[in-house]
Amino acid sequence: MKRLSDERAKILFEKLSKYIGTNVKQLIDRPDGTYCFREHRDRVYYVSERILKLSECFGPEKLVCVGTCFGKFSKTNKLKFHITALYYLAPYAQYKVWVKPSFEQQYLYGNHIPKSGLGRITENAGQYQGVVVYSMNDLPLGFGVLARSTTECKTADPMTTVCFHQSDIGEYIRSEDTLF
Amino acid sequence: MDIVKEVLEKQQRDLEKYKPITVDKHLEVRLDVGSLLCTDPNDLEDNQLKNNREQYLLDLTRDNTQLLINSVWELPTERIDECIVAKLPEPTTVLPRLRKVPGPKPLTKWEKFAKEKGIKKKKKDKKVYDTTLDKWVPTYGFKRADAEKEKEWVLEVPKNVDPNEDMFQKKIDLRNEKVAKNEIQRMKNIVRAKKVEVPRGGYFGPEVASSGQLLTAVTVAKSSTASVGKFQDKLPKEKQARGIGVKELIPGAKRKASHISAQPEKEVNLDLIKSVLNKKPKYDIEKAISIQKNEDKLQRETNPAEKGKKGKKGKGGKSGKGGKKPKGGRGQRAPGKKTAVGRKRR
Repeated sequence: MKRLSDERAKILFEKLSKYIGTNVKQLIDRPDGTYCFREHRDRVYYVSERILKLSECFGPEKLVCVGTCFGKFSKTNKLKFHITALYYLAPYAQYKVWVKPSFEQQYLYGNHIPKSGLGRITENAGQYQGVVVYSMNDLPLGFGVLARSTTECKTADPMTTVCFHQSDIGEYIRSEDTLF
Repeated sequence: MDIVKEVLEKQQRDLEKYKPITVDKHLEVRLDVGSLLCTDPNDLEDNQLKNNREQYLLDLTRDNTQLLINSVWELPTERIDECIVAKLPEPTTVLPRLRKVPGPKPLTKWEKFAKEKGIKKKKKDKKVYDTTLDKWVPTYGFKRADAEKEKEWVLEVPKNVDPNEDMFQKKIDLRNEKVAKNEIQRMKNIVRAKKVEVPRGGYFGPEVASSGQLLTAVTVAKSSTASVGKFQDKLPKEKQARGIGVKELIPGAKRKASHISAQPEKEVNLDLIKSVLNKKPKYDIEKAISIQKNEDKLQRETNPAEKGKKGKKGKGGKSGKGGKKPKGGRGQRAPGKKTAVGRKRR
């Protein structure tokens, strides 16, 4: 477990701010103890300092996972969020998309959201804005990126993709071995 | 009789000049006739060694040599061209080598690869039958080039190539290139076999170097100019060199970077977040247009009455100085300009 280099930390915060905007601060500045980001095998973990100290008893080869895995850095230094990050993205999300109950299952199989599957959407969301996807009864299902801005969505055809799928909770089953 | 006596006496005197061929030794000397070697295990006499060393050693050597010669004479001899020749037996003394025993020849890269893959060398025939020339043509060596010239006296210019290009010259260039490549590979094989350090990278010049090589050169230069862990600042979109063997080129790349800074981690992170959040948003014309469009649309939707009025006025509005017709929502409109136009019409 090592601290993120400045470069990587910046990439991480930029990515986080795409989904939760200014709420990034609240991940670091928490009243219930100090939390920090750590890197282990190119994966980014969000750990409380208390658990981090306990984890230091183990060597890096023996350690599988500590805290919450947020994502993984690719070899070209790009960060890709895993579904495990949803637990922290959902409560702070500024832009949200709700899918219709009929489309829920399709979304959980990894499909993009077309206009026909869209239930509700936050106002004023621009194109390529990172959003958290909810079911109609406010259960976070995953996250993605808007393919159309909110206003464009209104005029779009029912079959055009409105939100690109990035991750969904179905991945807990589909890619169980690579998540953590 | 006098003569006989004289001769005998003379012979006696001659013999006296030479030392006898029999030598007495306290311990027998060890002889290895094969390598003409004689080892004397007897102790040297200290007294003699001190008083007249040179003479004593000379005598001793003569005696031992005599013994060696005696044993050579015991071997079966024959006469070849007025010379008496003895055949020496196999030497029994094992002499140490001057140099180490040469090992197996180191394999070249290709040989190693072929061995791994189990590729066997196929022997080519010296001559193959050429159907176009209708005769047997050597595959290599003498008169092969002639045969090829005869065969390819004309070359096709492909469609995608400049028609003025000399295809024959191109072929020669290609061959020269191959030869040069082979030479480099030969050198590399030698380097690999001798296990010498050769600089692998460096700056090849902007004309020759690939982007990867340039990237490596930059990274190497940066780590070379670093001072006490302080590195040159990164440019906005600069990439880190990567690939096989790049890390070894960069001095100190294997060393793990220290993450201990004077500032506590939380503050560093908060500073970073601040810088990320305070970033000036990009001036996105596309986005601005779409927002403007949208606002207009909303306005029209909320009070459609105004829209109708506008349309009427546009139709009958020829009372002005001949201002241009309003472009009904088509094309790009600068929001500032639009209002100005509208006022004129009124």
